[in-house]
Amino acid sequence: MAQKPLQFRLNGAEKAVFVEDGANLLDVLRRSVGDLTAKRGCAQGGCGACTVLIDGVPGLSCLTLAETVEGRSVATAGGLPGDGSHPLQEAFMAHFAAQCGFCTPGMLMAATALLESTPHPDRDQVVHALSGNICRCTGYEPIIAAVLEVAGEGGGGRS
Amino acid sequence: MTIHRGRGFASINYPIGMNLGGDPSQALVHSSPDGKFAIALSSIDLGQGMKSVTRQIAAETLGVPVEDVYVDTADSDTGPHCMGSFASRGTHRVGNAVIVAAKEARAIMLEAAAEELEVNADDLETDGRGNIHLRGAPDRSITTGDACQAAQFRHGKTVAGRGIFLIPLSEVEPETGEMTPVSCYAHAALVADVMVDDETGEVTVEQVNSAYEVGRAINPRLVEQQLVGGAWMGLSHALYETTEPRYPDRSHGPVDFSQYTMPGPGDIARHDIAILERPAPDGPFGGKGPGEMCANPIMPAIANAVFNAVGVRVTALPITPEKVLRGLKANGGARPGPRR
Ligand code: FES
Ligand code: FES
Repeated sequence: MAQKPLQFRLNGAEKAVFVEDGANLLDVLRRSVGDLTAKRGCAQGGCGACTVLIDGVPGLSCLTLAETVEGRSVATAGGLPGDGSHPLQEAFMAHFAAQCGFCTPGMLMAATALLESTPHPDRDQVVHALSGNICRCTGYEPIIAAVLEVAGEGGGGRS
Repeated sequence: MTIHRGRGFASINYPIGMNLGGDPSQALVHSSPDGKFAIALSSIDLGQGMKSVTRQIAAETLGVPVEDVYVDTADSDTGPHCMGSFASRGTHRVGNAVIVAAKEARAIMLEAAAEELEVNADDLETDGRGNIHLRGAPDRSITTGDACQAAQFRHGKTVAGRGIFLIPLSEVEPETGEMTPVSCYAHAALVADVMVDDETGEVTVEQVNSAYEVGRAINPRLVEQQLVGGAWMGLSHALYETTEPRYPDRSHGPVDFSQYTMPGPGDIARHDIAILERPAPDGPFGGKGPGEMCANPIMPAIANAVFNAVGVRVTALPITPEKVLRGLKANGGARPGPRR
């Protein structure tokens, strides 16, 4: 199959890879770039586990044609600090908002986008922003509580 | 259209573990030369918190800080045998096996310490902060790290332990039909308040109140986390999740998970929980296991609440709008029960 060069920024770093025609962004991130933080839950747009930010807007990487991110910025949970010191990561831990953790990277990215655009969301706005992300384990309440905590504490604009 | 409110109640006795060919779990414990401990298990932590709980149990039994314990569940080919992570058995079965293994390793660690301090091992105690000292004389002391190092480099001993916990197979008494399949039960009672729309057949859970008796809550936050998440999963099974079609023709049914009704963060009910602790005599530090039980009582409670609200008895889950509407039609309309 034909391979095409693709250049984009991933969490601030330039990436240049060859991708097959029609490859989706999730596979390119996981297989070509080696960022395993975006998860492949359903590969058909139903679960939100693969949520990444494309130029700051949350999108499902499993349904995004990789070539459409040429020259653009992609953010994944892999760009959050490895020591878990981002306020959202800390709030997720404090609220026990992950069990198996499979939905967590997608939840973190959806919440990041919300707090960027709406630093002090109310509960309905948080629920709405997370409503494309499925979680099997937590019952959502701890995740909602974690995001609301960050929203309450001076909001979530990137510090 | 009328919204009918109803309240339903359910309670359960939940057996911990199961009774196939007997129910064993094993654990292996050993120390590295610096006094850190590795616990090898084959039961898997898939988010329920078994690694955290067995780590606490091992640290408490060994008498070392929890930071000094690493739980490795990596490989069921090379690890000690375990029946697995199901039937809410992890805390109870695996936790007990870890205690047995950790006790053996602790005894060897204390022997090594005794030899170094030139005292009797029976007179030694651990402070849980990484020190072993003579009872009543805290300055006659050695760190757990130094004791483990001495065992390996001077005494030629492995600070290690093997543990197994087995609930044996219980055969059925041919005369009476009696058996004792499990040794330990957890309990729960739950009240669900629902609203039923008699025009659309939709059921909304407004409030859940519950009490779960889990033995000792070895890690209270993890217990709460499981109960909140598990009860929601039960709510989801009760009202939404099915691979069957909602309408008579099978071709309207979901063909894969993209069409499976999986509720999101907008479909949760407020849930207030009381955790009751009645330590189990044969549980590790009294622990039982909230496991599957967290998802169970909410299903019959919601079914009972729907019956209370509109008089429709749905006997197959999930309680979809279609089933409620068919029931209403068969009954000639809503027949609200007494307010409870
Ligand atoms: S993997 Fe993309 S939405 Fe499920
Ligand atoms: S923590 Fe398991 S899916 Fe969300």
